[in-house]
Amino acid sequence: MAQTTHGIGGLAYDPTKRTRPPELNVLAALILIILAFEVLGRMFIGDSFLFNTRENIDTLFNEQRLQIIILQVSIVGIIALGVTQVIITGGIDLSSGSVVGATAMIAMSFAQTAIVNGNPNPKAIFGEGMMDLPVIVPVLVGLGCGLFAGLVNGLLIAYTRIPPFIATLGMMVAARGCAKWWSKGNPISFPTESYAAIGKGMMPVLIFITLAVVFHLIMTQTRYGKHSYAIGSNEQAARMSGINVARHKVLVYAIAGMLAALAAIVLSSKNLTAQAGMGVMYELDAIAMAVIGGVSLQGGRGSIIGTVLGALIFGVIISGFTFLKLDAYYQEMVKGVIIVAAVVLDTWRQNQRGRG
Amino acid sequence: MSEIILETRGLTKHYGGVHALTEADFTLRRGEHVAIMGDNGAGKSTFVRQITGVEKPTRGQIIFDGVEHTFESPIEAREAGIETVFQTLALADDLDVPSNLFLGREKVRFRLGPFSILDKRAMREATMAALVKTGVKIPNLSNTIRNMSGGQRQCVAIARTAAFKSKLVIMDEPTAALGVQETAQVENIIRTLKEAGEPLILISHNMRQVFDLVDRIVVFRRGRIVANLRKEETDGQDVVAYITGAKTGAEYEGAP
Ligand SMILES: Nc1ncnc2c1ncn2[C@@H]1O[C@H](COP(=O)(O)OP(=O)(O)OP(=O)(O)O)[C@@H](O)[C@H]1O
Ligand SMILES: [Mg+2]
Repeated sequence: MAQTTHGIGGLAYDPTKRTRPPELNVLAALILIILAFEVLGRMFIGDSFLFNTRENIDTLFNEQRLQIIILQVSIVGIIALGVTQVIITGGIDLSSGSVVGATAMIAMSFAQTAIVNGNPNPKAIFGEGMMDLPVIVPVLVGLGCGLFAGLVNGLLIAYTRIPPFIATLGMMVAARGCAKWWSKGNPISFPTESYAAIGKGMMPVLIFITLAVVFHLIMTQTRYGKHSYAIGSNEQAARMSGINVARHKVLVYAIAGMLAALAAIVLSSKNLTAQAGMGVMYELDAIAMAVIGGVSLQGGRGSIIGTVLGALIFGVIISGFTFLKLDAYYQEMVKGVIIVAAVVLDTWRQNQRGRG
Repeated sequence: MSEIILETRGLTKHYGGVHALTEADFTLRRGEHVAIMGDNGAGKSTFVRQITGVEKPTRGQIIFDGVEHTFESPIEAREAGIETVFQTLALADDLDVPSNLFLGREKVRFRLGPFSILDKRAMREATMAALVKTGVKIPNLSNTIRNMSGGQRQCVAIARTAAFKSKLVIMDEPTAALGVQETAQVENIIRTLKEAGEPLILISHNMRQVFDLVDRIVVFRRGRIVANLRKEETDGQDVVAYITGAKTGAEYEGAP
């Protein structure tokens, strides 16, 4: 039975008919997309997307595929957590991919092992004293790189009023340049065992999920989250309400920078190498995950849960195309279509709201 | 303790070539309720923005509670004790009512700098109490401001000033979008402030309301103060004459 209560002033409303959280729509989309691939798979290649079809393995689901999907999205997902916060405040961060490149190079240089297969490390960047450092050193150096890049972004945006698009575009080019200059374009390999452990196996997934939970709580339960939404929905009002908007923005971009750096650490550890071209286009993938997950590019709306679901949709689509044995080139094009479609959907939602 | 709570001397604001406010000398005594009237674009809201730290005046002094202030931000003005209902309301559309009421000064359960954990329940309860005072009808506090009517928004903005202790309340056209009942409620809030001895600056175009509520009327015209009238010594027609420029107060001769 529908139970009505009274709000303030005696207007009746039915608390059971609360507006549906938008994340449910994203979840529904995720399920639909998985089903679509399942159907397409059975129709065209006679294989199941979701379920295990091999006789020699005794599981219900195709666990291998599912693992690959979440592993694939985890690293970019870490970046997307930061990008989500930036977009919620009404900004954008185009620099994360390049920050990944630069951070991976620099952090890896501090994670060199002294002996490779009984011989001295042939790729060492620094002298002997800088070999076999404890793992905390490259991690802190890496996070420091991300913090630095984020602070520069944030300070430019908050205090010189350069549009976020331009400021982070500058950082995108500069950080990529730094990544190439660092070792004159040579890859850096042979990390210590402890560094290699950071991204081993399912560690990236664990790190992603942990961070997602932490930032979900931060965005929903703390002053930081409240102020982020307030700034994104009406910056002038936030300022008039006494929020220090400039300082808050610096903090948001700094956090986004550190998350990009963390992704770089996990990625270089997982690949056991760092290259100047690491992370190219990751910024767009991260933005796409957020937008697919319902984070509005206008600011003020979206959530970490949405972004996590968006990341899964993203991963499922990429993996689904591989599963259907479509070319890698299609994947790139499809990614482009997904991003545009998500933005169109967001604009359409805005218009709906405006009319209502 | 001086008898004057707020004084401005030569307060001036230029926006590029626009002289929105020129040499405003204004005083407000403790416990006094003053209305600011004037046509659209007369500079009333500009005046409010200068004394609440939203903008920095081009020149001039602001003396509040006996101390000269240069408010760098609205927080400083608020911390000094000035609560304002801005004409633009300054609400965040995507947040719900309690979040807006406590925006910028949230109740926290656990202090952790920017990551302080919000006390949502306490804010919700305080919001209920503050809203009841305004007599607003809001079916569901968890609705975002975006989904509310103009009057409901205005009531949220007013409740925001009512929920906090202050030394001076400023309301810039607080009843512009309100229905009859809600207007009466807001006027009651203002009367309560009067009884409590809290000073108020009320900006309004509503002559009846102004004569009902305040002690003194200050008229702005083209960025200048052109009249300072005690309620007993004036009437509606007189005020209109000052607003339109048919008359100018003796002490303000020379103003255009
Ligand atoms: N940010 C700004 N930049 C340029 N001009 C401005 C700005 N803000 C206000 N003005 C101008 O200053 C003048 C005074 O505006 P103000 O908002 O103070 O008027 P008001 O008396 O509050 O009018 P209303 O009764 O319509 O609210 C107007 O001519 C307006 O166009
Ligand atoms: Mg105004």
